[in-house]
This record gives sequence, structure tokens and C-alpha cells, in this order.
Amino acid sequence: MSVSSKRRGRQSYLLPSKPRVKSFAAIAGKKEGEGPLRGLFDIVIADDTLGEKSWERAESRMLEDVIRLCLEKKELSPESVDAFLGGDLLNQIVSASFAARQLGVPFLGLYGACSTMAESLLIGSMLIDGGFAQNVVCATCSHFSTAERQYRFPLEMGSVRPPYAQWTVTGAGATALTAEQGYPIAIESLTLGAVVDYNQNDENNMGAAMAPAAADTLRSHLAEMNRGADYYDLIVTGDLGRVGQALFEELCAEHGIELGGRYLDCGSEIFAPEQNLYSGGSGCGCSALVLNGKLLKEMERGERRRMLFMATGALLSPTTTLQGESIPGIAHAVSLEVC
Amino acid sequence: MNYGKTSKHASYDERVKRLSPKSEKPMSLLKAFAVGGGICLLGQLIRDAGLVLELEEDAAALLSTFSLVFLSALLTGLGVYDKLGRFAGAGSIVPITGFANSMVSPAMEFKREGYITGVGAKMFVIAGPVLVYGISSSVLVGLIYFFLRIAFKG
Repeated sequence: MSVSSKRRGRQSYLLPSKPRVKSFAAIAGKKEGEGPLRGLFDIVIADDTLGEKSWERAESRMLEDVIRLCLEKKELSPESVDAFLGGDLLNQIVSASFAARQLGVPFLGLYGACSTMAESLLIGSMLIDGGFAQNVVCATCSHFSTAERQYRFPLEMGSVRPPYAQWTVTGAGATALTAEQGYPIAIESLTLGAVVDYNQNDENNMGAAMAPAAADTLRSHLAEMNRGADYYDLIVTGDLGRVGQALFEELCAEHGIELGGRYLDCGSEIFAPEQNLYSGGSGCGCSALVLNGKLLKEMERGERRRMLFMATGALLSPTTTLQGESIPGIAHAVSLEVC
Repeated sequence: MNYGKTSKHASYDERVKRLSPKSEKPMSLLKAFAVGGGICLLGQLIRDAGLVLELEEDAAALLSTFSLVFLSALLTGLGVYDKLGRFAGAGSIVPITGFANSMVSPAMEFKREGYITGVGAKMFVIAGPVLVYGISSSVLVGLIYFFLRIAFKG
């Protein structure tokens, strides 16, 4: 099949071979395990250091563990995996590359901030559809304590955040994709997100920075695939949080997209308002946990048949924030269906 | 790059403002006043206790300062001060205890990067600007005072 026949419009692609989801796993932190998704994760870690000597090592271990767990579930060995695609929030994506060092699997490190789960699924399913790989594993993670020290203040500092801020999720998720048929969930189409910047400068309000990107990707996806939002049982955004979610809903309404009751945001989903964690979760681990802990299970049981998963990323760094730059946002879309 | 605000961005800003929850001002002020006032009251009590124990005025003031700094460092180490900070906001940031917290917390946080390049280098990452501008402005005020005195005494 030629490229032009797979391509739909400027950003979207149809995957005729329908790469399958073979296995998935999720490891969550304590707060995430006590939230609305309690009981859905494979492991809830009681000690967020995982017995390691630094937070960074703990985060990387969590990623390594979730990948091993994901592979073990379907008796896949690391040797049978052609590529590990993933990344994280830390400088130079060390959590992912250090986990790759332990696994000994060919590795493509990705940085898409919190959009990494979708970005890795997107590239992984393309590798399979292109005939370059048989099995790939897509995984990402984030850790509250590493993100705090990199982006904000020391953990023990008594600082205040505005109520619209978000809480970085501690957790890791992995999805194994395969060219083998015979598994119920398939990736059928993709939309590569464009960077969208609505000139937002408040690093505490990342939902506001990312919502326009999510709305842009959704609009492109639906237009290029020639679908209405009602094609999907569920449309998912990554980590907009309650503020970003409200903004996204308004932007969609303006584009004439009717989300109706078929929309959820992983950032709003992962923590309950009573947990008092501001306007919801953020971080690569946020959408990774909700996808691999909850949504894929619902698809496997046939409760949802068509889902558009759009992880969202705020492409800022602590340096650019200090220099007064605005926050560019991105969202990638992956369409999953039950065959 | 900052692109400069277009009308699209400006209307989005309004939307963001409308949909972002605001801090509860009266409650935050009350909490800050209660905790900040409480810390100051404790300082005053220690100072008065010092005077009762027949310390000199300067020594009593130092006793008060040292005790508060010690207590703040201890509570930071025990993982309590950050929770107090989230509750009280400026009430626990502004007094000298907040200053101690802003030095002890990075020292704890960056210990893993070594005593020189971690603790040593990062200890002043929050408090540094306070010192730089605090000392600079006190020198400036001192100079103004000095020259005014010469001018008026003739």
C-alpha cells in the first residue's frame, strides 16, 4: 500500500493492518491508588522511593517494572520486543533511557511532555503497520517528587499554589503492540498533533496552555477522517485537568464539535476533587495510568468499542518559563477500536 | 518566542480567567493572619521569657530569633512545615521561620547531588535573592541615612 493511500489529509493516517494491543500494565503511586481508579492498577506502590536512593532512580525503576510486567502478562520476553518507545518529563528523558539500559531492548527515546503515551503509540503502531516491527512496547512514567524538584520547589518547602494548578501523577503505564492478529483491541488511525500556542504564560495553568492544542487535533482528526464526534464511544484528553477540560469543551463547541457525554479527561479522572489536589492530575503518567489501568480494560470487556485517545503535552521548560516565553501545547490522537 | 497578543489570544485569556478558580481571599487572609500572628506571638513569648531570665535586651531578641529558626528547621526536617505552608500561605512564608524553611528544604532536597554541588550550591536557591536584595537595600538605606545626617547636622 502506498503512503498516499494511508494518509488522510495533512495530519492523519489510516493503519490498514490494524496493529493490535497485545498487553498493557499500570503501576500507580499511593494517591493515584486511593483515587477514583482504585483497584484498577496492577500494582500500587506503598513506598514512592521503591527502595531506591534517589527519586530519579525510583521513577526509572517504576518504568522498567511496568514494562516487564506488561511483557510477562503475555509471556513476551524482552528479546522478542523489537523496540521500546517511550520518554518522560525529566531532563534528557533519563527515566526512559535508564530503563532501556536495564531492559536491553532497542530504544527510541521520545519527548512529548505529557503527550508521550500517545506519541509512543503513534510511532509504535506506524512501525508495525509499516512492517518494520512485530512487537513494540510503548511506555511512559512520571513521578511527583522528580517533577517537583525539576520544575518547582523543594518538596519540604512550604509554598502555595493557585487552585487551578495540577498535581504531577506518580505512575507508569506500558502498552505492548503487535502485528499478530487475534487480540481484540486495534489501532485503526492516527493524527499527528501540531504545536499550538495561545500565548499562555502561567506555568501553573498548563490545562489552559494545552486545551487549544487538543481542540485543534480533534478538529483535524474528525475533518480528515471525515467523522463526527459521535463516531466514538469515548474521546479522551490527556491531562487538561478541570480547568483545561472546561476550556476544551468550550473550544470544541465553538468548532461545532458536540462532545456530549462521550468525553473524559485523564487529569480530571485520576484524582477526586475531595483529594484536594487542585484542579487534577498532570504528567506523562497521568494518561498512561488511565489508559492502561482503566480504558483498555473497558475496551477488552467490550464496554467501549471506539475510543479516541489524545494525550496532551505542555512543551515548556523551567528555563523558558523564567525567560517569559509562552507555553506551546501539543496533542496526538490515536484511534482504538474493538475488532 | 512570544508572538504578541492577537485578538484570538486576548479573547482566550478572558475565557481562561473566567474558567480558572480563584483563591478564596478572605479565608486565605484569615489563615495567614492566624498562623503568621501565632509565630510572631511565640517569638515575643520567647523574648519575654529571656527577659524574665535576666538576659539583656539584645540577647533576648537573639534567643527568640534562634529559637524560631531552630523550630522551623526541625519542622521542615520532620516534613511538617510544607503542610503548614500550604495551609497558611504568606502567614508561614513571611516570618523568619519561612526563611529558615527556604534554606533547609533545598539542602534536604539536593543532598543526593553531593555536599558541594548539591547542598552547598542549591541551599540558597530560594533564599539567595532575599539575601541579595535584602542586603543591597539595607546598604542603600544606610547610605541615605548617613548623608542625611551629615546634611542636617551641617
